[in-house]
This record gives sequence, C-alpha cells and structure tokens, in this order.
Amino acid sequence: MSKKNVVSAEQHAVSRKDMTKAQWTWHEIKRNKVAYLMVAPFMILFLMFTVVPVIMSILLSFTSFNMLQWPKFIFLDNYIRLFLDDDIFILAIKNTLIFAAVTGPTSYFMSLFVAWFINELSPRVRAVVTLIFYAPSISGSVYLIWGTLFSDDAYGWVNGFLLNLGIIDSPVLWFHDKRYVMGLCIIVALWTSLGTAFLSFIAGLQGIPKSYYEAAAVDGIRNRWQELWYVTLPTMKPQLMFGAVLAITGSFGFGGVVTALAGFPSVEYAAWTITHHLEDYGGQRWEVGYASAIAVVLFAMMMGANLLIHRMLAKVGQ
Amino acid sequence: MAKKLRTRKHAVVLNRSVGGDVGITVFLSIMGVFMFLPMLYVLMQAVKPLDELWMFPPRFYVVNPTLKNFRDLFSLMSDSWVPFSRYIFNTVFISISGTFGSLLFCSMAAYALAKIRFPGRDFMFNIIVKSLMFTSTVGAIASFIIMSLLGWVDTYYAIIIPAFAFNLGLYLMKQFMESNVTDDILESARLDGATEFYTFWVIAMPMVKPAWLTLIIYSFNGLWNAGASIYIQSEQLKTLNYAISQITAGGIARAGASAAATVIMMAVPIIVFVVSQSNIIETMGTSGMKD
Repeated sequence: MSKKNVVSAEQHAVSRKDMTKAQWTWHEIKRNKVAYLMVAPFMILFLMFTVVPVIMSILLSFTSFNMLQWPKFIFLDNYIRLFLDDDIFILAIKNTLIFAAVTGPTSYFMSLFVAWFINELSPRVRAVVTLIFYAPSISGSVYLIWGTLFSDDAYGWVNGFLLNLGIIDSPVLWFHDKRYVMGLCIIVALWTSLGTAFLSFIAGLQGIPKSYYEAAAVDGIRNRWQELWYVTLPTMKPQLMFGAVLAITGSFGFGGVVTALAGFPSVEYAAWTITHHLEDYGGQRWEVGYASAIAVVLFAMMMGANLLIHRMLAKVGQ
Repeated sequence: MAKKLRTRKHAVVLNRSVGGDVGITVFLSIMGVFMFLPMLYVLMQAVKPLDELWMFPPRFYVVNPTLKNFRDLFSLMSDSWVPFSRYIFNTVFISISGTFGSLLFCSMAAYALAKIRFPGRDFMFNIIVKSLMFTSTVGAIASFIIMSLLGWVDTYYAIIIPAFAFNLGLYLMKQFMESNVTDDILESARLDGATEFYTFWVIAMPMVKPAWLTLIIYSFNGLWNAGASIYIQSEQLKTLNYAISQITAGGIARAGASAAATVIMMAVPIIVFVVSQSNIIETMGTSGMKD
C-alpha cells in the first residue's frame, strides 16, 4: 500500500513540470475531489443564505422593486433619495455611529480589561467571575428586566427609589423620554456585550507562557501596564483581531434591544438606527429596492470599520 | 503543579503594586455588581408574591418567597390558543435538529479547510471570515426572497436549514483543528489507506472534542433563544421564546409570571455553560485571527 503511494508521489513530481498552471490546478482539483465533497454541504448553504443575499441586496439597491412587479433599474436614485431626501435616515446614521462609537470600544475594552484582571485569580474563582460577566449575553431576552427596573410608573424600581429619596417628584419616562432613551439603550447593550470576544480574551491570556513574563521582568519591565503593552497584547494579537471583528459587527447591528425596550419607532426616533430603518422599509413598507440600498450602506459601514480597526490593531505593541 | 504556581506568584509579586491591585479590585467589584444586580432582580421578581410585586416604594429583595408565579405561568400556558406543549416541541425540535446539522456540516467542512490542501481553499475560508464582519440583517430581505422562491416561508426549513451553515461555528472548529489535529497522524492514516471521511470521523473528530462541544452550545443557544421570525406566520410553528414574549406583553398584571418565564428560559443556557465552561475556553484558545 505504502509503496504504491510513493510511486504516485514520484509521478506527481515529474508531471508538474510538464503542465501549465491551469492544467496543474485542474489536476489538483481532481485529486482532491473528496475535499470539495466535504465542504460542499456547508458552502452551498453558506452561499445561498449568506453570500447570495448580500450580492442580491447590492443589485437590488439599484432598482425600484415592490415584490410584485419585476424590478425596475433606477441606478443611483435610491442612494440619492437616502442621503439627500430622507432626514430620518440621516438621523439613523447619526444614532448608529453614536451607538457604535460608544458601545464598540467600550465593550471591547471592558472585555479585555475584565479578562485581564481576572486572569490572575485562582481557576475556581475565575470560573465564577467569568459566569457572572458572561451570563447576561447568553440569557436570551433577560435584558427585558431593564424595562422593569426603569419602567415609566412609580412601581419601577428606579423611579420608586428616586421618588422615595425626593430627588424627583414625578416618575421619569426613562425608555420613552428622548433625553434618556439612547443612554439607557447603550447601557443595556453594554450589559449584554461581554460575549464570545470576552471568552476569547480569557483564553488568549491563559495561553501566554509564564516564561514570557519572567523574561520580560528580567529585561526591565517594571509594572503591569508595561507588561500589558509589551508582552500581553502583542502575544494575543490574533485574539484581539477576532474580538474586534465581533465587537464591530455587534455594535453596528444594534437595534433589537431598542425595539424591545423603547418600542418601534422609539420616541421621536431618538434611538432609531439603520437596522430599524431597514426593517421599516423592508419588512413593513415593502420598498425592497430602497431597503436594499439601506442594507448596502450598513454593510459598507461594517466592512469599513473592520478594515480601519484592522490597520490600527496592527500597530499594537510597537 | 503546586511548585509551578508558586513560581508564577513570585513573578506576579515582582511586577505588581498594591495601588494597582486595589484599583483593579474596586473596578472589578463595581463592574460585577452592575452585571449581577439585574440578573438577581429577575430571580427576585420571579419569587415575589403579588403584594411585594406591587408595593410602593418598590423593594429590591423578596421577603416571603413563593413559587406561585411559576404556577401562574403554567396556568397561563394552558390557556394559550395553541397547546403550550407545541411551542416547547417547536423550540426543542428546531434547536436539536439545527444543532445536529450544523455540527455535521461545519466540522466536515472545517476538517477539509484545515487539513486538506486544495485549490480555492484559502479563498473559501477568506469569505467565511469576511462574513463574520457583518450581521445577517444586511441580507435579510434578499434571504426572504430566496426563501419564498424555495417555498420555505412558514416552514421549519426556513429556520433550520440556514442554521446548518453556521459561520462562527465553522471558524472556531477550523482554527481548533488546525492546531490540535497533527498532520503526522493523518498522514499515517492516509498511508494505511484510510479515506478522508474515515480520517475525519474516526481520527480527527475525537481529537477536537472541546471544539464540537463549543459548536453545539453556540448553535443550541442561538436556536433556543430564537424568537419571532419573519419567515414564520402560523401560530403552531412559533417558538417558546415567542410564546413567552407574548405572556410578557400581557402587561403589568403578568409581571410575576413573565419573570418566572425569563428564569426558566435563561436557566438552560446558563446551566449548559457552567457544565462546559472549560471546554469552551479551551476552544477559544485557538480562536485568534492570523491576518
């Protein structure tokens, strides 16, 4: 058996020289048939339900389409309308950027610092602390409890507390007051944001060999901040990249929490994000072409932010 | 082991100031309280009797805990238009079949992407990584069109089949296989005439137990927490999470029952995580992105 294999390997080596690149590729494709067979079930579904929808959205964004008649090509009209004629969309962009700029970095650094701080605890304590910080992000709709804590009437715990202390004399409408709704939604978002990236950071920190720190101490690293910058962060850069991707995706796609707690639409559109705008035009008004243009803008923002952060992270530890 | 820990402590002392330790402890405590209090409040609400739920000023903690809210929840459930067991069945069915399929599809593809060299491999993995950079909302409308073309709107397929191609699951599995399944073992199996399917299933899979546990948990949690979907209109196909959100939407009169429902819904993912925490952390050890 093994002899046969050796022979075929030799034939390989000889034959590669006589082939053009295309022939060689074709030869490799045939030789690895089974690999394609193995990725096919995943890739077919992945293409159908992830890649094709994005491409379709891009194409549909140049059309006017209501799901009944065949799409009509209108080139950039949707985009022109979005940016020049749709004040609520501009507001949505502004809100999305505020959400992303606050929750993205905050949740990222919260994950990183909490993971870093608990790294030196004993394994058992660390497991408990990890659970406390991680639990809100996996508990489904448990964040609705914020609606009870901050409910509009005097039975809401926060209102009751403040009324009792005499700080306010009538209940505050919290999630239905345009002054507070953004801030509260950001807090709730942060509360649920210590998720996969957090676990990834914990694992990354645990994977750094202790000898690195000992060597660094010998080389004159004198405090934990230097240690963090010169040893810890550069060593766990792959985890930092992965965490950043998840933080960006999460912070730009923000919307579900707002809908659940502040209603759809939120009071005076105070917490209206691009996701909501997309839902409004795609799911309720069936202006599919226009909604696709909104989706494309969201897609471009997420990808752009990812590229930007990727460049920035490349500088860590330098 | 004990000796190792001691050397580590020594190194720690070398670079640690007392002020820093105090600062960190304070920061962690404040954060911990912020994270934990709302969770605790849900538990409290779930066991509060009616008069404590509606007292003024509201009290955070419970004085006379009761299980009445849980009993109310079950009687509310039996009043529902569709038998409540149907919602439970839907969620359990979707979670289990979706998880099973994604485990199979993702790990098989992950094995090929991690351990076989073939033209197009890097390109495929690259797209999958890129897909982690945007949310599925971006393609939601187009997905709906595709689902209607397939005739899958208002069927289980619309929820279960797309879940099979779980990009994060494949990513974590592929990264883990790359560093935990050694090429030597696969090479010698191949020389012995083993097929790729055999090496995948019999040799590689048992070596990546933490990764497939993680994949199961992620996929299961996602499906377990799935609420209303744009693809499902029939009441008898809706999920437990949706049914519970309807109870919660019943307003303030049901505050106790809805807290009880929340406790039941969150208990499952939390227990699963507690049991499998070390496996998940181990999987995350290889989750990093190398450019």
